[in-house]
Amino acid sequence: MPSLLEARALTASYGATQVLHGVDFAIEPGRITALLGANGAGKTTTLRAICQMVRTGGALSFAGRPLTGLATEDIVRLGIAHVPETRGTFTALSVEENLRLGAYLRRDKAGVAQDIERAFTRFPRLRERRAQQAGTLSGGEQQMLAISRALMLRPKLLLLDEPSFGLAPLIVREIFEFMRRVNVDEGVSMLLVEQNATHALELADTVVLLETGRVVVAGRADDIRGDKALRRAYLGY
Amino acid sequence: MDALMHQVFSGLASGCIYGSIALALVMIYQATHHINFAQGELATFSTFIAWALLQRGWPYWAAFIVTVAGSFVGGLAIQRLIVRPVERAPVLTNVIVFIGLLVIFNSLSGWLFDYTIKAFPSPFAQDSALATRFFSAHEVGSVLVMLCVLLVLWAFFRFTPIGLAMRAAAQNPESARLVGIRVSWMLAMGWGLASAIGAVAGMMIAPAVFLDPNMMTGILIYGFAAALLGGIDNPAGAVAGGFIVGVLENLLGAYVIGTELKLTAALLLIVATLTLWPNGLFGRNVVTRV
Repeated sequence: MPSLLEARALTASYGATQVLHGVDFAIEPGRITALLGANGAGKTTTLRAICQMVRTGGALSFAGRPLTGLATEDIVRLGIAHVPETRGTFTALSVEENLRLGAYLRRDKAGVAQDIERAFTRFPRLRERRAQQAGTLSGGEQQMLAISRALMLRPKLLLLDEPSFGLAPLIVREIFEFMRRVNVDEGVSMLLVEQNATHALELADTVVLLETGRVVVAGRADDIRGDKALRRAYLGY
Repeated sequence: MDALMHQVFSGLASGCIYGSIALALVMIYQATHHINFAQGELATFSTFIAWALLQRGWPYWAAFIVTVAGSFVGGLAIQRLIVRPVERAPVLTNVIVFIGLLVIFNSLSGWLFDYTIKAFPSPFAQDSALATRFFSAHEVGSVLVMLCVLLVLWAFFRFTPIGLAMRAAAQNPESARLVGIRVSWMLAMGWGLASAIGAVAGMMIAPAVFLDPNMMTGILIYGFAAALLGGIDNPAGAVAGGFIVGVLENLLGAYVIGTELKLTAALLLIVATLTLWPNGLFGRNVVTRV
């Protein structure tokens, strides 16, 4: 199967500091890929590199098209939605306006209205707060809003940066269950960055393990879950 | 009592102009966190364009519309060609660019249209039905025009996708890029709108103060005072600040300090606002839970 996203010898740097030192991986369409690793391994930078939010080198392609050199806003036009670490909430705008912004590139008004309705049905708490400033939502609600906003694009690939960060275990479970449903029902491919390896390994089909800017292991999630030595060495459990 | 009322109403009329200039300042400030010092001179230059068109015998409202549209395009072009290259530069670089623009447009007005003071017509005839006991026809007319501008702007930002995109880009540029908004063009739109508002304000104030290249210098100070008083990040506050400054200026001028010191009062108000209420009267504190 041809891969959806492919990175070959991908490098990335912030000013003089190089963070990725030649990363290779591929994402198959329809799958959930987890990007795991310790703090500072370059997980967030990999996501930022895909969206060209950092200076990159090497080759990066999405559905056969090279991404390097494109502007971030043009990468979104290819169908890549990114939920950043900070969730990217427009805090002073209302919940509904946040959702409408997610569909900024779409021209099918009826479809957008339908998708907003669907987001509200999935997360009734967002409906209750539709006119409220998004900054006043709780952390979990903001994460639900962030993922819902990203899905408003109807993306082919969803990049998620630590959706479990700072959330109560029950909410994390709800959000991960939601991501699984989106993946199964709508076939949205996902690249998921996580600290929480247990949750990520349960959800993901494939895993890419990073250490200080290089890929150390890549393979099926089941295999890695079963490999005790590997888990001890890199995932700490 | 009649004299007092007259001062208050005339203050409201000029306050409307200050509010619009303040609004133009706020529009650029929200998007870039820079104060456009050239806002006044750009407005003056636009007003001169309108004057030149009127001299050629254009009907007033045709000249008005062409000037507003031309100022929008001009503001857009200034952002693209002059401001954008220094977008990521330090604040001081931007301040220098703005002051450069101020000097350039001030000189350009003087060079093209000379420094003699010119009368600028009002579209509202003195004996029209608009005139009331406390307001002249032009005062009523300019307040109505400015209120229309505000209403159109409010509707634009509130109800159109591009208005929403502009607000999003101003608030969180990185996140705006991630939903596909071309942030740099949104800033250019902001410059275009600010210039267009300035043009309307210039054409509305010119009949009252006469047109010359330095027409807006004092008005820009009042505009600053209005924007700061209302809260530099709050468009509605800026407009309210404009009305407050306008009335205050007129009352102080008439009864307390005399006309000579009015501008000083505005400067004092700026200093007082910055020291006592740095957020302004209506400055918003965005509530965020983390």
